[in-house]
Amino acid sequence: MENFIIQFLNGLVSGMLLFIMAAGLSLIFGQMNVINLSHGAFYLLGGYVGLAMVRQFDNFWLALLIAPIFVALLGLLVERFLLRRMYGSQRHLEQVLLTFGLALVASDLVQWYWGAYVVSVPPPPLLAGQVPIFGIQFPIYRLSLLVFGLLLAGALWLLLARTRLGAIVRAGVSDAELVGGLGINIQLVFAGVFAVGTALAALAGVVGAPIRTLYPGLDFEILILTLVVVVVGGLGTLKGAFWGAMLIGMADTFGKALVPQFSLFLIFAVMAIVLLIRPSGLFGLEGLEA
Amino acid sequence: MISLVARFNRLHTIVNQYRPWLLGALLILALIYPFVVRSYYLSLSIEVLIYAIFAMSLDLLLGYTGLPSFGHAAFLGLGAYFIAYLTSSNDLALNLTDNLLISLPAVILFVALIALLIGFFALRTSGIYFLMITLAFAQMLNSISISWSSVTGGSDGITGVAPPAIGLGPLSYSFSSRESFYYLALAFVFLSYWLLRQIVNSPLGWTLQGIRENEKRMKALGYNTFWFKMAAFVIGGAFAGLAGMLLVQFFRHASPENLHWSTSGQVMVMLIVGGTGTLVGPILGAGLVRLFPLLVSSYTDRWESLQGLLFIAFVLFAPQGILGLLRQRGEDESG
Repeated sequence: MENFIIQFLNGLVSGMLLFIMAAGLSLIFGQMNVINLSHGAFYLLGGYVGLAMVRQFDNFWLALLIAPIFVALLGLLVERFLLRRMYGSQRHLEQVLLTFGLALVASDLVQWYWGAYVVSVPPPPLLAGQVPIFGIQFPIYRLSLLVFGLLLAGALWLLLARTRLGAIVRAGVSDAELVGGLGINIQLVFAGVFAVGTALAALAGVVGAPIRTLYPGLDFEILILTLVVVVVGGLGTLKGAFWGAMLIGMADTFGKALVPQFSLFLIFAVMAIVLLIRPSGLFGLEGLEA
Repeated sequence: MISLVARFNRLHTIVNQYRPWLLGALLILALIYPFVVRSYYLSLSIEVLIYAIFAMSLDLLLGYTGLPSFGHAAFLGLGAYFIAYLTSSNDLALNLTDNLLISLPAVILFVALIALLIGFFALRTSGIYFLMITLAFAQMLNSISISWSSVTGGSDGITGVAPPAIGLGPLSYSFSSRESFYYLALAFVFLSYWLLRQIVNSPLGWTLQGIRENEKRMKALGYNTFWFKMAAFVIGGAFAGLAGMLLVQFFRHASPENLHWSTSGQVMVMLIVGGTGTLVGPILGAGLVRLFPLLVSSYTDRWESLQGLLFIAFVLFAPQGILGLLRQRGEDESG
């Protein structure tokens, strides 16, 4: 039973991390109709920039602030000079090739600069240690991540569902051209969404580093998991990203604990089953066909 | 820059004028090739030839039918592991025949059957969801190949695979030398190209291209598009299985990497770089993508970055691939 509680909490934590990633990816896909294969690279970059901050200033909170901003600026450059030339669902293959190329470049440069070994990042001193919960000892950092993820989900939901900006973004998901026709600068919205999406990836990289550590190749690992999450949850919705992340986080954690050799198999099996029953994911938008 | 374009155009005119002669020369060159190059380059060429088959097989799906499979490595890997399991000399394997007359149909049948099974599920989705579900199936197979070590050898894979042979009894021949394997691979490239060309120019191929352009209309015309797409999926899978078989028989080793999603990504890049829906483009793309790292890695360690930049450059400046670039120049000139 104790073991079950620990695994369950770990599953939630893992899911929360995936949610932060998936929210960004899903937002970018839903709004801009872009498949961003460099999302994992932005995660890793965020993690390493955060690490550099921690090493330099010995301040995790500064890393939490600076890394997403830095990566978002990078994202803005990518959007402005590369992606903007190839919007539209007819050009998905070009997007795949472009973002795959970007991911290769980023992954290579990160490895060059930070080395090809595993780096562990300590949690901030404030959140180090363990607390008793449900009769077990559980790391404080992981619990805080759980709370942070929930708060972030709530904030994103409020932003998307309750503000004018959110309304514009949601309208853009259904019909970007129409939104542009209403006199809204859709280019600006796209750029903003891409920046926020990449910032979320970087944020996940920073908060995920103390749990998942950092190493070259993690970018592609996390990308694959995130893609699975968005596809299971349904592309383009926050709700889908959340529940997809929880499902995959659980499947991953329990899979690793119960059938370690087949944990990846389990994840992809879950994905295949979901797609067979609901071809556009659990909460996918109908008609959002790519 | 202008003079470069002009030179390019002139080249294109010459190519068009003397096409049959050039093709003949190319064929002769391909035939005498093993006698003039070092064995290292011969090995590389064999690899490129095998990947050319793999890339062409995806072109039937992606280029002609509009099915963006991101899990095509599944079929390469299935062909690879199946032949390795059948013929390798270690205790994992059945140690059956390496005779192509038996092993080739066996591999093709096996891979086609699995493709039928996967296609039955995957083809219920379309677009980006199809892309993801094919990726999911390929990754499932990849993780099986790592976990089911009693059959697949785990992360080491299966080693000691026998080279292919052909014939009966005393009249048999083994393709164990590099040169002979080169000719075998070359023959398979030509055969695959010819067969796929026949397919895309047949009523079946026209239907597939109709589905690519507008599936709803094809449905309205009374075509059962599911089974047509299935045909493309199974045929494409079978050719990929053939490529996997050759790959393993040449390197004598099947590994989980054959099934890894980066292999699927790489073959997709070959297609886009070469030009989709052309069959010739994927051959060029296979050459470029396999050889590029070797060309630049002697100058820099950052070849992966350069490769990424190359892909980005293609998307920005030649989205139709190498062949698209050539064609465009040809049209500019004539128009």
